[in-house]
Amino acid sequence: MLPLGFALGDLLGYTGSLGANPVEELQDRFGNWGLRFVMITLTVTPLRKITGKVWLLRFRRMLGLFAFFYILLHFLNWFILDQGMLWSAIVEDLVERPFITLGFTGLVLLTAMALTSTTGMRRRMGKRWDKLHYSVYVVGILGVWHYWWQVKSDITEPLIYAAVLAVLLGYRLLTRRRTR
Amino acid sequence: MLIRKPTDIRPSEITSESNYLNRRDFIRAGTVAAGSILAPPALGAVVPEQVRGGIPGIIKSEFSTDETANSYEDISTYNNYYEFGTGKSDPAVYSRDFEPRPWTITVDGHAEKTGTFDFDEFIKPFDAEERIYRMRCVEAWSMVIPWAGISLAEIVKSFNPTSKAKYVAFETLNDSDRMPGQRRRSLAWPYREGLTIEEATNPLAILAVGLYGEALPNQNGAPIRLVVPWKYGFKGIKGIVRISFVEDMPPTSWNMSQPREYGFYANVNPEVSHPRWSQGRERRIGAGLFSSKIPTQMYNGYGEQVAHLYKDLNLRRNF
Repeated sequence: MLPLGFALGDLLGYTGSLGANPVEELQDRFGNWGLRFVMITLTVTPLRKITGKVWLLRFRRMLGLFAFFYILLHFLNWFILDQGMLWSAIVEDLVERPFITLGFTGLVLLTAMALTSTTGMRRRMGKRWDKLHYSVYVVGILGVWHYWWQVKSDITEPLIYAAVLAVLLGYRLLTRRRTR
Repeated sequence: MLIRKPTDIRPSEITSESNYLNRRDFIRAGTVAAGSILAPPALGAVVPEQVRGGIPGIIKSEFSTDETANSYEDISTYNNYYEFGTGKSDPAVYSRDFEPRPWTITVDGHAEKTGTFDFDEFIKPFDAEERIYRMRCVEAWSMVIPWAGISLAEIVKSFNPTSKAKYVAFETLNDSDRMPGQRRRSLAWPYREGLTIEEATNPLAILAVGLYGEALPNQNGAPIRLVVPWKYGFKGIKGIVRISFVEDMPPTSWNMSQPREYGFYANVNPEVSHPRWSQGRERRIGAGLFSSKIPTQMYNGYGEQVAHLYKDLNLRRNF
């Protein structure tokens, strides 16, 4: 919750400032933290396998929900503050701007996972739950792609996320092949 | 015009910010200071004391807008100047130690008068005018900026370009020791921009040397930068060291980097979207968190002065 705390603190001028374009600043911060939490969530399983510490799994749901939370804020900031809830502009952006379509698809998947994240839902859905929640891999790819596509020319940061994601997904590919 | 270094000026000579603002009509000054809605800062707070160099005898211009100007702080902390880093706040931070003197400007190509000139000599023959212009960035945000500058048309004419001079090309300083952002290849250095000779001699085009009546801050392109308010902000090349009169359309940095997204003309046009975002609306910096975007105007609202330049041009193809 610290990133949100700082965002609010900066907004009110206690901890710093959001600069000349606060809407854009919030948009970037929420998006960055959402993507970071997606990456952190994806780190849990490899870390468990490497260290053998099963208790790590207990944090996976919470981390995933944090990812959802920040991506939702990222979306709401865009929807309410940036687009001013102007439907024509929002629909145009969703349809005509591929990087926004990508991001929105990621949010839809995250929402589905967040809604089915309770223990009860998991039990009820059985095998289908696993299938749905594997889409976190897709979310990771969509998220990095969305970021990459949105940058004007300096791709350093999306490149770092892409590298981290490649390691996390690559690890899974390798271990799956080995267990077969 | 003569830009004096702060050390050349006796304290008694410095126009206090309140006097500067009194010279402008008071109502507009009030709204300038009222960038923060709650408590307008003391008038002296608008321009930090250490940057007050003073540009004497600035003439007002009929081309100025009467819209509320953005605060000095907004204009000097939210910049795209990749020579000092790609983040919006990077230029203000990483240009702090930049020395815009000594500075020379080389004029070459198809003109009767060419050569390399010391910056202060270069601008000496000309009057500085205050031009309060809208600035529309290609990223869909905008500001209103009180530049002090020289008519580019007058500068161009003073070099007597020949009939072969169809375009004017500009280059920024290329020195990664002084411009740390150039150590990374975020763009192909040096930054390059260009105008047709008709655009360069349009009365709206200026080379700006000041902001809010003071010498231009480093992060805004000190000591001299181009301002063409009917075009997207990236056309406004900063830290100019070379002006060339050329026959063919010169290469320009953002067009070289991404030709599908950034054209040579780069006229503000709400009808032609950037491939990745709409150009129909813009966010006015300083308007506050809950203000909505405003519609973008064709040629950024300067159609009366410039539309005739493009009457035979397909604007969708020549974006």
